[in-house]
Amino acid sequence: MSEREPVTMMAAPIHLDYVFTAGVAQSKNLHGLEEGKFIGQRCPKCKKVYTLSRGSCPTDGVPTDEIVELPNTGTVTTYCVVNVPFAGQSIEIPYICAQILLDGANLSFMGLIQEMPTDEVRMGMRVEAVWVEPDELGPTMASVKYFRPNGEPDADYETYKEYL
Amino acid sequence: MSERCAVIGVGQTVAKAKREDVSIAGLVREAALAALDDAGLTFADIDAVVIGKAPDMFEGVMMPELYLAPALGAVGKPMFRVHTAGSVGGSTAIVAAHLVASGVHERVLTVAFEKQSDSDAMWALSVPQPFSAPLLAGAGGYFAPIIRAYMHRSGAPGDVGMMVAVKDRLHALKNPYAHLHLPDISLKMVEESIMLWDPLHYLESCPSSDGAAAMVIGSERAVGAATAETGRPPAWIHGMAMRSEPTMFAGRDQVNPQASRDCAADLYRQAGITNPRKDFDMAEVYVPFSWYEPMWLESLGFCDEGDGWKLTQSGATSMIENGDIPWNCSGGVLSSNPIGASGMLRFLESALQVRGLAGEHQVADARRALGQAYGGGSQFFAMWVVGAERP
Ligand SMILES: [Zn+2]
Repeated sequence: MSEREPVTMMAAPIHLDYVFTAGVAQSKNLHGLEEGKFIGQRCPKCKKVYTLSRGSCPTDGVPTDEIVELPNTGTVTTYCVVNVPFAGQSIEIPYICAQILLDGANLSFMGLIQEMPTDEVRMGMRVEAVWVEPDELGPTMASVKYFRPNGEPDADYETYKEYL
Repeated sequence: MSERCAVIGVGQTVAKAKREDVSIAGLVREAALAALDDAGLTFADIDAVVIGKAPDMFEGVMMPELYLAPALGAVGKPMFRVHTAGSVGGSTAIVAAHLVASGVHERVLTVAFEKQSDSDAMWALSVPQPFSAPLLAGAGGYFAPIIRAYMHRSGAPGDVGMMVAVKDRLHALKNPYAHLHLPDISLKMVEESIMLWDPLHYLESCPSSDGAAAMVIGSERAVGAATAETGRPPAWIHGMAMRSEPTMFAGRDQVNPQASRDCAADLYRQAGITNPRKDFDMAEVYVPFSWYEPMWLESLGFCDEGDGWKLTQSGATSMIENGDIPWNCSGGVLSSNPIGASGMLRFLESALQVRGLAGEHQVADARRALGQAYGGGSQFFAMWVVGAERP
């Protein structure tokens, strides 16, 4: 045999396309996003309002049938500033990745904050959603471009401490 | 637990950024053979194999356990695969021990691994999910906001995380298997490293490692035979527990998850632990990002809630400072992170300590130790207590 170096690594790219069936509960949220609105679902037992709900309460295990329309505003409960590049990244670094609790909801979700310097973000900051142009709205979270400060005074820690 | 059982052999590979000399099969076999050798056994003596690793997407090899069976001497024997994200190494060891404690098997080989150089974990952890914003930036991006919440809640000074980052790397200098050996590590060096996920610096994060870990769990009879053969003592299992919780529910405490507290309570009840700081001689706990040391100190009951950072700050968890409750004497996940194996390394290192075989990072006269692993979005927990004493 030859005296060539052993092959220690070979790249074998993989690609996966899949179809995701949203189901009844997520379809309601997605239709809301299509209209530029956040939809919540309230648990009949604990009365908590879930956003981006999957249709049942994780605590009580019952369907969350009641639909609640949520406002465009919320509070940053906690956050980090992402400054690490990685494969497939779609946002310019550094960027603020925040947990956002919409007013009237009982579960926060991760959102992008823009239109402010990254070193001025803080816990309790009040924000509002910025949506894409009406003709670009679709049944996807991409309908929300990002969140930005809405100028209101910061929320009191007591109001969101359960949602960190 | 019904039957008494113990760790009778352990093996681990040196953790490295790239093990280009071996395939995944070669990597796991290396750890397995070392564990068998430590137990004075061969593959022929093993009744079943239990294997774990992080999600298959990391290396892109689906159900790798199927192709690894021959490398692990598992052909014609029962083989189980365990899936609990980053905690998997711990859960895998527990599943193996259950097979012995239940009386089903006498000797079970358990193995866990990750070959991060074959994979892109950052990508695998950041794949856009259907209908959510594409914001995730690896595990650091997930845990940094939770760490910020802890800092706010506890009022901890900003440098406590950096102290853990230094302490665990100093411990790693005593462990020849550790991936990172940074003799010049200092608070200044950590502080000057790039801020990857504010508030986490680069050096407050775990490395990406290739590595594997293995253990042989034996019944009381197997323990007697192994000890007679090798002269090396076992690590008796005094208790083991697993818990999980959903990642999203209203009012979830992500800083100190209920599943963690419940898991510890169950474990301590089994092992008769009433004062963890006093009852344990050391602990190996999954700390992939520096701040998880004070957070888990609290969750695991080594101090009151809100006081974890004070314990770290006092030097209590440092071997170098002769602390009374050293944590992660091996250097921990901050010094080696072959993800799937990282949890098992915590369990394995706790066993090494109570067997008195940890070498330079041995805690003097360690009689009882805690091994802990967590994974996913802080939703999977696995823990055990091992001791020098037969329970
Ligand atoms: Zn409910």
